Amino acid sequence: MNTIPKISAKNLNFFYGNHQALFENNLDIGANRITAVIGPSGCGKSTHLRTYNRIFELYREQRCEGEILLDGVNILDKSVDVLELRRKVGMIFQKPTPFPMSVFDNVAYPLRLHFKKTRSEIEDDVERALRGASLWDEVKDKLSASGLALSGGQQQRLCIARAIAAEPEVLLMDEPTSAIDPVATLKIEELLLELKERFTIVIVTHNMQQAARVSDDTAFFYKGKIVEFSDTRTLFSNPKSKKTEEYITGRFG
Amino acid sequence: MNTIPLNTVRRRPLFFRKTADFGVRVFSVFAVTLAVAAMAWILFTVVSRGVPAIDWGFLSNPSKPYGVPDSGIANALLGTLFITLCAAALAVPLAVAAGIYLSEFGRKSKLGAMLRFSANVMMGLPSIIVGLFVYTILVVTTGHFSGFAGAVALAIIMFPLIMRTTEDMLAMVPDALRESGLALGMSRARTTLCIVCRAAKNGLLTGILLSLARVSGETAPLLFTAMFADAWPDRFFSEPTANMPVLITEYATNSPFEEMHTAGWGAALVIMLAVLAVNIFTRIAFRERARER
Repeated sequence: MNTIPKISAKNLNFFYGNHQALFENNLDIGANRITAVIGPSGCGKSTHLRTYNRIFELYREQRCEGEILLDGVNILDKSVDVLELRRKVGMIFQKPTPFPMSVFDNVAYPLRLHFKKTRSEIEDDVERALRGASLWDEVKDKLSASGLALSGGQQQRLCIARAIAAEPEVLLMDEPTSAIDPVATLKIEELLLELKERFTIVIVTHNMQQAARVSDDTAFFYKGKIVEFSDTRTLFSNPKSKKTEEYITGRFG
Repeated sequence: MNTIPLNTVRRRPLFFRKTADFGVRVFSVFAVTLAVAAMAWILFTVVSRGVPAIDWGFLSNPSKPYGVPDSGIANALLGTLFITLCAAALAVPLAVAAGIYLSEFGRKSKLGAMLRFSANVMMGLPSIIVGLFVYTILVVTTGHFSGFAGAVALAIIMFPLIMRTTEDMLAMVPDALRESGLALGMSRARTTLCIVCRAAKNGLLTGILLSLARVSGETAPLLFTAMFADAWPDRFFSEPTANMPVLITEYATNSPFEEMHTAGWGAALVIMLAVLAVNIFTRIAFRERARER
């Protein structure tokens, strides 16, 4: 990767109270690429991801040291407007989290929140976001139904539509398909490849095949450290580290 | 399938197990029957004794001293409605706000733990103590009983009930929903009010309505505060105010006359049906949608 990274974590340390979960993480996320973060349970991959939009700050005992540069600006700096940061850096969670309102309102929520738009502009943007999440054809006749009435896979794509409606630059995905059936997973993976044209994507996944299928770069985490980071093909076919090799060949994890 | 050698399995003989099973089953059915029978008995007694008292005049006329014709309970019904609504107006906003604090901001804080503990203590407080307390701060100081003092007493009883149900209902909302609100760039306040409270809306309403049903039958706190009057409750803030529980108490215990006893049963039937209606309505109306989650 020769271009300037979109996100760059520098000497990142993370603590849950007194317990240190991340150790000196350094990672460069390329723009308009899909970066997969893999590693065994509890290795800190989700923790790492959750620093990029400072969502960990919801929990008072969690603390982060180091720097995360988004387009060269350290977003951990207290002067950064965290609400604007989170508009720019969207997040998709493991379990789909539609808001308790209609499909339409779910997607319209970030539009009304962040932008001054007329009703017809909102309608257009909702349709565009739903199309962007490959969901439009399935829900266009039930926009006023509750978002909770959709299937699991549809709910997750609704969350993706909601996230991209805020016109972010980066999408963080924390095991977005682990609560979803294989067919729906495939749809979301195809969607990721489309979304990569417009967004920088970082995806945490338990599923190594998924990382191999969709990602351009892969970072392997182990016990809070980044053991290896390279383009996905190299990492899977010719890992430098013994640990990485053991993990991707299924010897632990 | 792997077999375990029989002599290593410790089990009591089948006969004993079957007997124990039968015994436990009989006992549980008996216990349930007893509880249901007690309720059925209460319902039956109140209905059979109350129905003769009820006609249109009973429901539309105000109460009058013994011997005056056309006596009814309309003033007490209205008074109870005023007192309960006023209590709700006082307690609901504060209690919901306190519940939001406990669940969203004070989950692990010392202040939160203290609040939670005091709410638990308050819930165990005998309601007559609350009545006496309000008597000393609102009746003695102002020099008169009032419906408002009654409302304050009921509000004090409602407060911890609503606060704790609010906390419990909000705590059931998964953190992932809070995070997804924040992750979209919503402020903490907006996430709490527009997403978390909305997700728990049915639970919150259920808690409020059930606590209303619960306090609308409270007698002890009203004895020292709202008291009673054979008049329409038009001076809610400055005079004793008619209400159902105290009317029932008065008619049942302080009167030697059979007509008054019957009227008391009639009033009991009316308030029982009202509370039952609120309970049943709440449970049916909010159960369906709660299941969707």
